[in-house]
Amino acid sequence: MDYFAQQAINAIQLGSIYALIALGYSMVYGVLVMINFAHGDVFMVSSFFCLLLLLFLPVPFVAALIIVMLATAILGVAIERLAYRPLRNAPRVSAIITALGCGLIIQNTTLSLSPYSQRMPELFVPVTWNFAGVTVSSLQLLIIGVSVALMVALDFFIRRTRYGMAMRAIAQDRMTVPLMGIPVNTIIAMTFAIGAALGGAAGVLYASAYPVISATMGVLVGWKAFVAAVIGGIGSVRGAVLGAYVLGTVEVFTVTVLPSTYRDLVVYSLLLVILVFKPYGLLGRPAVQKV
Amino acid sequence: MLKLLALLASVSFPLVLAGCGRPDADTVKVGMNIELTGDIPAVGASSKNAAELFFDQLNEKGGVTLADGAKKVSLVIRDNAAKADQSASVTQQLISSQDVVAMVGPNSSACAIPAGEIAETLKCVMISPWSTNPKTTLDQASGVPKRYVFRGCFTDPFQAIVLAKFVSNDLGAKKAAVLYDVSSEAPLGQATLFRDTFTAAGGEIVAFETFTTGDKDFSAQLTNIREANPDVIFLPTYYNDVPLIAQQARRLGITAKFIGSDAWSSPEIIKLGGADVDGSYFCNHFSTQIATDEAKKFIADYTAKYGQAPDDVAALTYDACGLVTEALKAGGKNDREALREAFAQIREYKGVTGTFRFEPGSGDPIKSAVVLQIKDGAFQWVTNAQP
Repeated sequence: MDYFAQQAINAIQLGSIYALIALGYSMVYGVLVMINFAHGDVFMVSSFFCLLLLLFLPVPFVAALIIVMLATAILGVAIERLAYRPLRNAPRVSAIITALGCGLIIQNTTLSLSPYSQRMPELFVPVTWNFAGVTVSSLQLLIIGVSVALMVALDFFIRRTRYGMAMRAIAQDRMTVPLMGIPVNTIIAMTFAIGAALGGAAGVLYASAYPVISATMGVLVGWKAFVAAVIGGIGSVRGAVLGAYVLGTVEVFTVTVLPSTYRDLVVYSLLLVILVFKPYGLLGRPAVQKV
Repeated sequence: MLKLLALLASVSFPLVLAGCGRPDADTVKVGMNIELTGDIPAVGASSKNAAELFFDQLNEKGGVTLADGAKKVSLVIRDNAAKADQSASVTQQLISSQDVVAMVGPNSSACAIPAGEIAETLKCVMISPWSTNPKTTLDQASGVPKRYVFRGCFTDPFQAIVLAKFVSNDLGAKKAAVLYDVSSEAPLGQATLFRDTFTAAGGEIVAFETFTTGDKDFSAQLTNIREANPDVIFLPTYYNDVPLIAQQARRLGITAKFIGSDAWSSPEIIKLGGADVDGSYFCNHFSTQIATDEAKKFIADYTAKYGQAPDDVAALTYDACGLVTEALKAGGKNDREALREAFAQIREYKGVTGTFRFEPGSGDPIKSAVVLQIKDGAFQWVTNAQP
């Protein structure tokens, strides 16, 4: 029993981190119908921002989280302004390739500045509790807590504020929305800022949980989060969160009941099965064809 | 724009010509195909440093004496990014267009195996300083030794025996768990061989878990291992993955000792792993603490030049360069076939990592291993293991 409880905690921790990154993919897709493949590398570089910050200025956890989220948001907006906005009306393939290119530029810039893996200093010393054989650390609770808080705040923002409404409006009809006096460019920049900031939060939490960071780590985690966003229904914010927890749970529990070699096989087979029965993901809605 | 391109072309054209002009009669080119970027950059850096040290020393003494006079040796260093495909294309490029007489590297088995296939086809000697996987020097289809591929280190079957014996005899462990990267050639081979030899020696493998390259979360596998309650955990994985595994294991309350392969040997493991890897044991090629006189000189020269002690990749690369030079000298000319024939005749070579013995027809040297412990932020020599 304690064995399954332990694995459940592992699954929630992993799912929370996937969720924060998956949200970045899903938000941008929802608003621009574009897959921002640079997002995994934005997440990666945010953990390096955190490392730099701590090396020069050992601030407490909350301050580090906020500063890194801001810095990453600025990076996200800059990428949108420089690379994506000029291509907004270009064929979709061009935008996707540009995103891949941006990701590679970020990754290789980081790689040239820091070819070696780096050890992340501890943001705080985690306390470990043992409940009847189940080990829980304060770090795990913090990761889960911060992720859930950010996700709830985002959900509130999108559903209950005017800016959130503007985002949803652009997602529905980008051509008509400017006629209503909504500043499309500002709202799109805001979407990128929020998406990148969540990636930044994920970077800080990830680097605290897995404190050896490298320039190439964004690739695999980015892909997994993208898969999570697709499972949940890309474009749907709640879907991304659901997809991420499904992915984390399936990854961990496959290892629990089967030899660990089957993990990725099971995960990606599941992805296919879900998409066969729910082509738009668990919570996605079919796109309405406009004539 | 066009003007700019024309200007660039006119400037670069003579450079290109100069680059591929007729081979300089007074130098011999040796290629290096190493892991300068990618997941294990510390390996490439050590390899590059050691080779540059070796050939600088050689050239200062006048170079290598061939039938038509003394030649300087120049290195052509290329990065394989620790990727199999790039390693293959680098091999192709070094041999076909750079005109090297022999190639040193790659170091990781994942890179060395495909590179060996190409070197064999193109008939150019390749020596991998650090690849321990048996497949590197064997023909994939027939299983017979390749003609042109050699290595400068012991092989995984030997390493597995050393570790299995050490774990059961010296540490008295009965139950072992294994966690390894199933998508990387060297760890896969080492894990399987360790399982077989440890079981044969009367031990029990209580958990045999895998992950794939790039994973950072091992909590699910480690929770399985915690359930199995092993005495030791064997982690045949590169130095960059070990610290995260060790840390997550300790956070889950696992107290078993970690056991590693030679893939651990970079000092980076101490920097990245800190207290979590302290007390672990691993099998290695070389220890600075039991150095011979030649080795002491190498360690002193290396430390003077680069400000840090050489790790085993550095020492093995130094010996691999020594073997190539030995064969070049014995062959007597700047020619791949002559070098190959001379290399195959080498029976014994005294290097800084110990004595190499080659059996006729095999590219794998017979040499001893050491077991080291990570203790107080340094590698401490524990014991020697003879073949």
